[in-house]
Amino acid sequence: MKEMLEKVKEKFNKFVLAFENRDLPCIVVKREGFLELMKFLKEEGFNHLIDLCGVDYLNYKPEKKPERFEVVYHLFNMNTKVLLRVKVPIPEEDCWQYSVVTLWKTANWFERECFDMFGIKFKGHPDLRRLLMPEDWEGYPLRKDYPLELPEEQEWKVYKELKARGSK
Amino acid sequence: MSTPLIEITSKEVSINNYEEPFYLNLGPQHPSTHGVLRLVLELEGETIIGCDPRIGYLHRGVEKLAETLNYNQTIVLSDRLDYIASVANNVVFCLAFEKLFGIEVPRRAKLLRTIVGEMARISSHLLWLATHALDIGAMSVFLYCFRDRERLLNIFEKICGARLTHSYVRIGGVRLDFTQEIIEDLYQFTEEFPQLITEYETLIDVNRIWLERTKEIAIVSAETAINLGLTGPVLRGSGVAYDIRKVRPYDAYSEVEFEVPVGERGDTYDRYKVRMREMRQSNWIIKQCLDKLKETEGESILAEDAPDLLLPERVREPEPKPHPKKGFVFTGKEVPVVPVGEAFASIESPKGELAVYVISDGTNKPWRLRIRTPSFVHISAIPELIRGHMIADLIAVIGTLDIVLGDCDR
Amino acid sequence: MGVALWSEIVILVAVALLLLLVALFHVAYLTYAERKIIARMQQRLGPNRVGPRGLLQPIADVLKLLHKEDIIPYGVDKPIFHLAPLVSLVCAASGLALIPLWDTFVLSNLNVGLLFLLALSSLSAYGVILSGWASNSRYAFLGALRASAQLISYEIAMSLALLSVVLMAGSFNLQDIVKAQMESPFKAYIIPQIIAFFIFMVSAIAETNRVPFDLPEAETELVAGYFVEYSGIRFALFYLAEYFGMVVMCALAVTCFLGGYIGPFNIPGLPFFWFLLKLYVLLFFYIWVRATLPRYRYDQLMGLGWKVLIPLGLLNLFFTALLKLWL
Repeated sequence: MKEMLEKVKEKFNKFVLAFENRDLPCIVVKREGFLELMKFLKEEGFNHLIDLCGVDYLNYKPEKKPERFEVVYHLFNMNTKVLLRVKVPIPEEDCWQYSVVTLWKTANWFERECFDMFGIKFKGHPDLRRLLMPEDWEGYPLRKDYPLELPEEQEWKVYKELKARGSK
Repeated sequence: MSTPLIEITSKEVSINNYEEPFYLNLGPQHPSTHGVLRLVLELEGETIIGCDPRIGYLHRGVEKLAETLNYNQTIVLSDRLDYIASVANNVVFCLAFEKLFGIEVPRRAKLLRTIVGEMARISSHLLWLATHALDIGAMSVFLYCFRDRERLLNIFEKICGARLTHSYVRIGGVRLDFTQEIIEDLYQFTEEFPQLITEYETLIDVNRIWLERTKEIAIVSAETAINLGLTGPVLRGSGVAYDIRKVRPYDAYSEVEFEVPVGERGDTYDRYKVRMREMRQSNWIIKQCLDKLKETEGESILAEDAPDLLLPERVREPEPKPHPKKGFVFTGKEVPVVPVGEAFASIESPKGELAVYVISDGTNKPWRLRIRTPSFVHISAIPELIRGHMIADLIAVIGTLDIVLGDCDR
Repeated sequence: MGVALWSEIVILVAVALLLLLVALFHVAYLTYAERKIIARMQQRLGPNRVGPRGLLQPIADVLKLLHKEDIIPYGVDKPIFHLAPLVSLVCAASGLALIPLWDTFVLSNLNVGLLFLLALSSLSAYGVILSGWASNSRYAFLGALRASAQLISYEIAMSLALLSVVLMAGSFNLQDIVKAQMESPFKAYIIPQIIAFFIFMVSAIAETNRVPFDLPEAETELVAGYFVEYSGIRFALFYLAEYFGMVVMCALAVTCFLGGYIGPFNIPGLPFFWFLLKLYVLLFFYIWVRATLPRYRYDQLMGLGWKVLIPLGLLNLFFTALLKLWL
């Protein structure tokens, strides 16, 4: 594991922002060198992408995050049985990330969900549509500035139509 | 509300020979989609040439809701994910939170968790076998399985008072200890259960129609299965011995013996076989844990530093010196209620790899709670598995993946 | 002359009504028996709320179905939609008139009785196809497609099996077939024609759309297949047709293979005893199969029909003809 991290440090020194080790070894990487790093990791044997998720750090108190969003990947190496976390900060104004569908097919729906919930667009994704929310939904529900309950005038228009039909 | 079907048909469209594609909207209300799964199918006769799963009909926003709830309250939410084996969800939430808080769970609680986890696995697999057999048309197996699942649910009721949504596990341990009656019931169950499995197998294992319907259906190679993110019995059916209970042991799995059954070809029949053998292993694990439970008689089932059920809004640092008149005074300085940081925990739920990634900002509510559920990934693999098969096979594939839509949509 | 004709007609109508009533009673209690027997096999109780041991359950079911709203979905082809269940029921039920229940009791002793029965069962495919087409629903359409293909292919196997019986007996008349069996060395055609019997039973299950060949109405695939859009009394008609079909097919099997109403000895006062006993045994077999077997897939079903049953039937027919020629 340590050797692998050394190798990463050597090869991707330009792009790696930090190495963390809280509960798992974790690489924080810039978006620019991200795809190469992922390709490298897959070749190293990290063949199982356990999870891919977005995080919104709007007004996160404990520490100052460089960017608002972060996409977090959890990778597992089936041979050496090593877990690894990769984090990629995504700026709010320029909200996109590279897709890893070509490396792991399972990323397809994870990325669609991430897009659905956070509005992070994935470049290179074959079929980026909303997944859990209706296709004509407005807004990205898991963002921190999205309220838990929408005010009445902002409700989903289909729901409004249904309510109008019911009250007739 | 215009939801287009598959926009591009997979057929080549030529002006001379234009065939209108035949679409079938399977679900969300359909007897064998195990809930509210909707599949838009493009058919050519009975053969499926295109499939687009639409999910979200049971989306309750658990991840968003959890951000506004106390850590302990989210465990009640977790029951509603995979409602067939809710203990597994409880366990993974608690494991993540315990990792975050740095709590070590007492041994007895670990054993109890393992027992209920394996009970949940058996009851989930029984329900899977029941519905899978019913989907293929074997009606009797369905009722046999429900008869035996009922016994487990009765034991669950004795343990915690609930049959489906248990909320039995809490941060730092479990809610209640087993009584002697429960232990006796469980011993009796583990004695009788292996014969019951044999009974199911005699019902379907030598049945030619069953074999024809399941063998060589939806074959997944090991590499494809890993690439598609399939986990649990589905992956093991393809011959990859990836079981988190062995690879990253949690609870008491490191101190019990069990085998990880794997299949060879990775077809529907292998996955069926793997699950049947897994039930026997689970039964064995329960037995071992019950034996070990005697050694820990009278020990605590809750860690000493386990947090209260209701975490306070904010905690202030106490002043070093006690005040002579007022007892304690607090300085104005606030300290985090829970440690700041992040934690990742994953377990082998009956359906596959269930993982939770939690980020804390020091308040009593999680900043972000991400749940990776097996059903979500498995449904995403349906189009890959079903290509070129028939409608009847699709039903078999939905059954063999063992999906629960509450688990998928969260 | 006039009086005699009139009295003949009155008697005929009365007997026909009686037969219909008895048959309806049988069909109603066949549903009850099915539920009870399957419940027994599956370790549960079955209907037990209406009347003692749930014996009034079929009547309650009929009343419930009569009460229900007759929903006609938007976009259906109305005349055909109304017609289809009737076609199904008439084709399934009128076959009963040809079955000789007793040597003096057969409603219409047709010379080509067997052919007529086969024609009726082919016609019943129309009920299925029309309902599937008229419903304007994709599930119903797929169900109808499956049903028509299945009925047509299994029809052939069934006809081949029955043809060997006709060869043995030398007649299409069902009464004659029974009498020919009485004179044959084994007293029943099941022993020399065991293969034909097997083919007939399998294709009869397919003809009546029962498990394991219930693809047209496969609940877990096509929801309910061709009658998915029907409700209330129209649904009940389809249901009746299925059970009537079962009874007719079993009665035909009894007549052609098991020696009809002939028994080893006569039981005084119970003229239909042997016929009914044989009928019940076969019906029980039907129910038993339903509780045991999973469902075939469409292509496997077709494969079984065309690759196994029809060649087997042809071979059997060929050997029967040879035997007939030499003996």
